Amino acid sequence: MNDMTPIQTTLKDWETDQEVRWCPGCGDYAILKAVQRTLPMVGADPKNTVFVSGIGCSSRFPYYVESYGFHTIHGRAPAVATGIKLANPELDVWIVTGDGDGMSIGGNHTMHVLRRNLDCQILLFNNEIYGLTKGQYSPTSRVGTPSPTSPIGSVDRPASPCAFALGAGARFVARGYDVSKDLPDVLKAAYAHKGAAFLEIFQNCIVYNKDRFDDFTAKAVASDMQIVCQDGEPLLFAMKTKGLSLDLETLSLKVVDVGDGDWRAAGVAVHNVRNRGLAHMLVEMPFGPFPMALGVIYDDPAPTFESAVVAERASLTAGKSADLSKLLGKGQTWTVD
Amino acid sequence: MATLAGDHDTDASAVETSPVEAVVVRFAGDSGDGMQLTGGQFTLSTALAGNDLATFPDFPAEIRAPQGTLFGVSAFQINFGSQEITTAGDAPDVLVAMNPAALKVNVGALKPGGLVIADTGEFNKRNLEKAKYAENPLEDGSLAKWDVLAFDISALTLEAVKPFGLGNKEALRCKNMWTLGLALWMFDRDRRPLVDWLHAKFAHAPVLAEANIAALNAGHAYGETAELTGPLRKLHIDPVPTEPGLYRTVTGAEAVSLGLVAGAQLAGLEMFFGGYPITPASAVLHHLVKMKEFGVTTFQAEDEIAAICAAIGASYAGHLGVTSSSGPGIALKGEAMGLAIMTELPLVIVNSQRGGPSTGLPTKTEQSDLYQAVYGRNGDAPLPVIAARSPADAFECAIEACRIATQFMTPVILLTDGYIANASEPWKVPDPGGFTPFPVEFLTETNNPEGKPLPFRRDRRGVRPWIRPGTPGLMHRIGGIEKAVDTGNIDYAPDVHQAQTDARKAKVDAVAGAVPPQEVALGAASGRLAVVGWGSTFGPIHQAVRRARRKGLDVSHIHVRHIWPLPLNLGGLLAGFEQVVVPEMNTGQFKTVLRDHFLIDAVPLSKTSGQPFAIAEIEAAIATFFDAVPGNEGGEVSVNETQLPAPEIERP
Repeated sequence: MNDMTPIQTTLKDWETDQEVRWCPGCGDYAILKAVQRTLPMVGADPKNTVFVSGIGCSSRFPYYVESYGFHTIHGRAPAVATGIKLANPELDVWIVTGDGDGMSIGGNHTMHVLRRNLDCQILLFNNEIYGLTKGQYSPTSRVGTPSPTSPIGSVDRPASPCAFALGAGARFVARGYDVSKDLPDVLKAAYAHKGAAFLEIFQNCIVYNKDRFDDFTAKAVASDMQIVCQDGEPLLFAMKTKGLSLDLETLSLKVVDVGDGDWRAAGVAVHNVRNRGLAHMLVEMPFGPFPMALGVIYDDPAPTFESAVVAERASLTAGKSADLSKLLGKGQTWTVD
Repeated sequence: MATLAGDHDTDASAVETSPVEAVVVRFAGDSGDGMQLTGGQFTLSTALAGNDLATFPDFPAEIRAPQGTLFGVSAFQINFGSQEITTAGDAPDVLVAMNPAALKVNVGALKPGGLVIADTGEFNKRNLEKAKYAENPLEDGSLAKWDVLAFDISALTLEAVKPFGLGNKEALRCKNMWTLGLALWMFDRDRRPLVDWLHAKFAHAPVLAEANIAALNAGHAYGETAELTGPLRKLHIDPVPTEPGLYRTVTGAEAVSLGLVAGAQLAGLEMFFGGYPITPASAVLHHLVKMKEFGVTTFQAEDEIAAICAAIGASYAGHLGVTSSSGPGIALKGEAMGLAIMTELPLVIVNSQRGGPSTGLPTKTEQSDLYQAVYGRNGDAPLPVIAARSPADAFECAIEACRIATQFMTPVILLTDGYIANASEPWKVPDPGGFTPFPVEFLTETNNPEGKPLPFRRDRRGVRPWIRPGTPGLMHRIGGIEKAVDTGNIDYAPDVHQAQTDARKAKVDAVAGAVPPQEVALGAASGRLAVVGWGSTFGPIHQAVRRARRKGLDVSHIHVRHIWPLPLNLGGLLAGFEQVVVPEMNTGQFKTVLRDHFLIDAVPLSKTSGQPFAIAEIEAAIATFFDAVPGNEGGEVSVNETQLPAPEIERP
């Protein structure tokens, strides 16, 4: 995000004249709309906004947003974005990536952009599959995922993007999913965070991994299997009949029943977005026995990389003038008459 | 003075260099003995004495190899004289050997009758064993063909620094200054600048400064004494007549950094440098970090790929993006170079070449990345390639790279090598007022009368506009995927890819029209034989051709800076010679490019020992083209194995 004066725009202002080329029914459409709806709400300025992407279905995103955009190469969007932001810290930089792009081929850059805390929003569309290359299992695919490269099911253990992000030192970690009505709120929070904001968005690949997230996004189970984290609010789900509590014996989370709406009596923990330990526990909860943690899981700003680079330069150059002639003649010199 | 450009009329100055006019000294010791520092300071005193010079640092890849071992030997060679010097010299006249290993590795290169100065204090049983000497070479007569001056430098140093109460280890560290003191006496040098330098270096610990100065003075005094009894003689080398002006010494890495800063200034841009540590390219990043007042942002990236990608991002945002590496790192950057070519963004990529493939020879020099630079990317991915011929030339080449990159919206590769990066030579400090600026103009208003900007509408030179994010009304998208003409929208229709491939090629080809015509560095513009070189082989080729011409051979030296696209007149120029030979430190890469382009029978002269060419090697190769020359049997030219030591080293 940046501190410029809010600009008045509408959703239409953020649409390009390009025909969207995702498969009909793809979750990416919903994410695009959520972003285009959010940008006017946060007062973003198209001329100062840059969407940077890598390669994959998700990475076509910049072509559909009427701002500056750079569709780079596989996995390298965070590195390109770092150069953009360092060259012009005034720009609002969004990185759009996927589970293959951001967790596999570009995992290294994802780690470093997070630990450096570059001020940007990182939207990782997780569909647990390689879509654009026609359906191979990805680093987030669950064990046993059948695919053209894993005919009897994948054997690799998957990575958890949010746990990875926290491990890399991220100061903002959130989760949402493509058709969630809460997605714009999470996007707004990511935008408001100064520093690298990591947002994992579960996205339905209707061709190669259809309805993969139904076990927590389907209407029938959504309430029981989602917990939407809100700062200062108790960690309740299943129509507030259940909550998350800290088991003091094992120092881990447990699900407790909440009788009569008295969550305090049930020992339900209150969410605190600045509690890093809690964030680790929320993203590591095994799905099934626990619900899927969504919303803003962690949000505790720290100094940003670009501001540190600017400050470092200021301190290194204090009192120095850019005199080329002096620079060239530096060191021990001699004169020939 | 090593002003390396232009057409020298050397026949007028064709005087055989006598030993007193030029001397080659090689300092060799353990990698912890401070030989590079000794060499560096000796270089400076040489420059201050007004001699022309060229240096060759030769050090192991290990930072602190086990003491006393053959593979831990670090050496620094300097050639200096009262005439123009363009190479570090073939065979040393003087070898300073700080231990048995240094002697063993280097003595084979010494000229017969040359002088060995050895520290007997280090020639103990243990060190002799480590150097794999069965007998002490200082005593067994095996050094008979050289003059040997062996004495206990260690003990003399300890004696000299005794008053300062240093520990034994610290006291022995002053040995290199003692040796330098002796060398300064030998060549009639002023000690003052060294004394000043030591005071500045040890400002935090004055006692160390005093101890080192005492060692320096003791070494100097020893020369006076030794002259009376031994083989040591004082030599005075006259200053070389040079163009008046302000001079300094410069290494290639410094010159590249200064040239990049100057280039960005001339373009009116801030510079963004993305780098990742790698030998021998890291020095460029080290230098640029200290030049941030010139609008330089440096970024030490997580890997080579991030380094170039960040530079591309910065170029997109309106800075001059620069990245630098050596062969292995350049290989990693290959895909991103394609992105810069495809999105047509300016970018300078500096490759300090080293021996390859793979990790190869990290600290040794080679020119084997030419194919990689010219051809090494997926797809039809042309980009301009420039090669620097010497440390000082690297300055101009870096400016040239910035100019082409920004004027043609293209990545440009600047090739140097380990030799150029580390070697130093005197440099006449240029006046920035004499540089021609090439200011960049960003697009600030739409270039389309019908509204939306056309980021890929080309001007008459085939160059697209540079549009910075943040510019109102010019929002657009770029990417590595094939794009429509003008709009840049995704389009990979057959005719579109054909048109854009042609346009990208035509744009880079057009660079040839914007660079100076190829000149002949030495000799006539047509004739019997052209020796065509590129990069750091300039020095040995130039001297070899000069010597051959002195013998009356019809041979010319042509040195190519613009490797891709080749200068427009080069084909015609080469056609004027009956034969063309191409010496290069690879297996014949530029030779192949020349053959391909001009259908000429260019003959390779290859060397891949990790050491620069000796003048004698190229001279011998030239002779094979002239039947009348005695002892000229033709055929393949073998590398002179003794010119600079590259012994087979056994790892423990």
